[in-house]
Amino acid sequence: MVLKWSDFKSDVFVDWCPGCGNHAILAALQMALAELGLEPHQIVLVSGIGCSGKVPHFVKANGIHTLHGRTLPFAQGVKIANPDLEVIAIGGDGDGLGIGVGHLVNAGRRNVDMTYLIHDNGVYGLTKGQASPTLRLGLKVKAIPRPNINEAINPVMLAVSSGYTFVARGYAFDTKHLKEIIKEAVRHKGLALVDILQPCPTYNDINTKDWYAGSDRIDPETGKPVPRLYRLEETDYDPNVRNLNEDFDKKIEAMRKSQEWGNRIPIGIFYRNELLPTFQDRITRRIPFYRMYPPAKQKISDEGGAPSVDVTEFFDELRIT
Amino acid sequence: MVGGPQGSGIDVAANIFGRACGNGGLHVYGRREYHSNIKGMHSYFHLRISPEEISANVNDVDFLAAFDAETIVRHLTEVVAGGVIIVDKGQVDTRVLDIPSMSHEFKSEFRKYLEKEKINDSLGDLLAFAKKKNVHVFTVPYSELVEEIGKKLREEKIARISRIVNVLAIGISFGLLGYELELVQRAVRDVFAEKPKIVEMNVLALNLAYEYARNNLPAGINYSLPRISTSEKRIFLSGNQAVAIGKVLGGCRIQTYYPITPAADESEYIEAHEILKTRNSGDKAGVIVLQTEDEIAAITMASGAALTGVRASTSTSGPGFSLMTEGLSWAGNNEVPVVITYYQRGAPSTGLPTRHGQDDLRFAIHAGHGEFPRIVLASGDIKECFYDAIAAFNYAEQFQLPVIHLIDKALANSSQTFPFFDINGVSIKRGNILDETSEGKEDYKRFAFTESGISPRAFIGTRNVISWYTGDEHNEKGHISEEAVNRTLMMEKRMKKLGTVAREVPVEEKINFFGDQNAENVIVSWGSPKGAILEAMKGLISDGFKVGFLQIRMIEPFPREYVIKKLEAAKKVIDVEMNFSGQLAGILKEQTGIAADFRILKYNGRPMTSTEVYDALKNVFIGQAPERQVLTYGS
Repeated sequence: MVLKWSDFKSDVFVDWCPGCGNHAILAALQMALAELGLEPHQIVLVSGIGCSGKVPHFVKANGIHTLHGRTLPFAQGVKIANPDLEVIAIGGDGDGLGIGVGHLVNAGRRNVDMTYLIHDNGVYGLTKGQASPTLRLGLKVKAIPRPNINEAINPVMLAVSSGYTFVARGYAFDTKHLKEIIKEAVRHKGLALVDILQPCPTYNDINTKDWYAGSDRIDPETGKPVPRLYRLEETDYDPNVRNLNEDFDKKIEAMRKSQEWGNRIPIGIFYRNELLPTFQDRITRRIPFYRMYPPAKQKISDEGGAPSVDVTEFFDELRIT
Repeated sequence: MVGGPQGSGIDVAANIFGRACGNGGLHVYGRREYHSNIKGMHSYFHLRISPEEISANVNDVDFLAAFDAETIVRHLTEVVAGGVIIVDKGQVDTRVLDIPSMSHEFKSEFRKYLEKEKINDSLGDLLAFAKKKNVHVFTVPYSELVEEIGKKLREEKIARISRIVNVLAIGISFGLLGYELELVQRAVRDVFAEKPKIVEMNVLALNLAYEYARNNLPAGINYSLPRISTSEKRIFLSGNQAVAIGKVLGGCRIQTYYPITPAADESEYIEAHEILKTRNSGDKAGVIVLQTEDEIAAITMASGAALTGVRASTSTSGPGFSLMTEGLSWAGNNEVPVVITYYQRGAPSTGLPTRHGQDDLRFAIHAGHGEFPRIVLASGDIKECFYDAIAAFNYAEQFQLPVIHLIDKALANSSQTFPFFDINGVSIKRGNILDETSEGKEDYKRFAFTESGISPRAFIGTRNVISWYTGDEHNEKGHISEEAVNRTLMMEKRMKKLGTVAREVPVEEKINFFGDQNAENVIVSWGSPKGAILEAMKGLISDGFKVGFLQIRMIEPFPREYVIKKLEAAKKVIDVEMNFSGQLAGILKEQTGIAADFRILKYNGRPMTSTEVYDALKNVFIGQAPERQVLTYGS
């Protein structure tokens, strides 16, 4: 049976603010899942805390709504235990780049074959609008009493330098484009990160939908706004690593590209490398039957409860008489 | 006792020593003491040998094999009259107060001791003093022996083989004891089995030292160590190893950890054995050991794995467990069967990273925000570590909750001989599982309200079943709910699992009782003091005292009725544990209303010996003890 977008809607009321970018991200995700031909029981959405943390409740697929910042270790635990599952981790910018940034960096070292979506709106929404780690220095969004005193983290650059093998950026209200990026990320063999720019209509009154659309920049010739966002795939930018010799240069290129901000903001795939072994590949080198018998599919006892494992070799090793 | 600077092969020496005794049918109990340091600080192995099974150290040292002067300084007073000190000839002129690795506070104490006993400050003076106390001092020219080995091996760079002093000390010790050399050779070969290049060098060193001791045997040494013939199959293992083997037998397939003393050895031992042998060749079994970026990741990764139906665990110590508390709270709220093996050490904060303590009983019981059910199990000896590691996974899955398996440094790093553990009775119980053939998979409710509080659990990935989990309060389906009625029902559903545990777990898995059931004096304790208490009891019973010992193994939920039954007739309840306040005594009072009349406590970082426990208990029995006695043995 081919599932439709609407088959991935749960019956839980979607309680985000009207106009929130999350609605569009949710739709893009549900469409991507349908188009990927996945069944709900094969999918696991793992989220953190914040507005984005509620995504799994709104999707009809397995959902694990975890702790603030701990999305990635939970998700990696699921995927390593059962690599047949399609695991998608979801978190906010505060969740992944603030409290959970240690996990974000270290996940890059493992390259577990899964996807990580970051909802990036520059603010902590659920706690009423404080600055998140992606808010630029000196900006004063609505709810903060003084301009932001910290520099911003660049998620794309951080992901590339941490070892993510697929790094992309999407925009919530370019929903079809975002859907395609999510599909590419899920199909990618290795750890994929998608930084999703999203307006927060309630607390971020600077990086608004209009700002992204360039409403403040009217082309005098056409009288139309000049959008800030442009798609990388419509330029001659090539994110793909075709042999490992060019990997370093591709990384540097991606990081340089990720610096563009302000009047021209690229979206699309910055870096993609499928030539490196995933964590699953690395485990398989040590435990050859891992793919066929991952931890979740090993029989640990017989029908009567007697353990499957024979520990006599441990005892023989420790034996003295 | 074998002592020397850290990095000089004390562990290897201890292992060879223990195995050599074990090879001769003797029982061994040995404790490892070391600094939080890689090289240079004092470390030692305190080993006890007996024809019968033993479970604790005593205060006395009969044989002290020292690689350096500091070992003698630190342990001189423990050596009994008639005992033997084996000392390096090259160390005799050492000015003991100048030894750089000894702390200022220790030196100032030791200076006072020297002044009081009128001893000059060279090691030779100390040894002369020992001789006056009828201790035999056997001086060994280690450097000459090393040179001789170098010549035989045609090795010019003596430094390369200087580490061999540890094996030389063993050879000397067993030579003086007249123990069968072949048994020691076997131990050397076993310990170096994975390093064939150096096996022969070590056997050569052993033989040479053994021969040296036999040829220079001093008169008057009254020790001998005959082998005992036994047909029993025995193992020699540490608590870390016992837990590791219990876990894999019990079905653990994912273990996470962040490096921490004294827990990490367990994970490394599992990783070294990651591919497991199965009883049926068709079955495959492998454990994935994941070293995470921190303990937060360790517990959350294990929890994520557990949701897919894997038996997953993590091992840590106090500082790591502190980081795990938010994950523990999530696991409690989401009824995740995750096992946390908690090796206590001296705390608070970094505390005594390599030393012993039982400081964290209350922390284990209360850690994590909010109220949620958990099981806290405390093993009393290395054998219990093995069986409890299996039980922890069964409880976790049967009752769908986190299980904390409390161990401590004294169990982790002590090694003991045992008959092969009996695994015939080991059974794996997975609790109420909903699979793809079960009813109720449409519209599945992971947290369905039930009488027992336990809902059918579907592993994530089960065909056509969808599960939701959240750290928020949730409804039966696992979706966020802040409804007042649901909150009350869901709290009650979770918390009533404690009652289910209390009803369903047999009493013999929760407490042990030793000694006289009707004794007026009853000891209450938990964890590693068990061994010292049991040995002390032997002495007290032969003195004519009646004594009982209640060991509490499941501390949460507390086996209230059984404990009351065992204690209500007691005239004196004596609490024994390794912390400052007597945490178990506090819990006992809270849970049963019974107050401990006496507390025997210790918090100097060194495990209780049977000698000091015997003395303290005897003080109580003869009516000469204060309400609180603090034990202090150990260096």
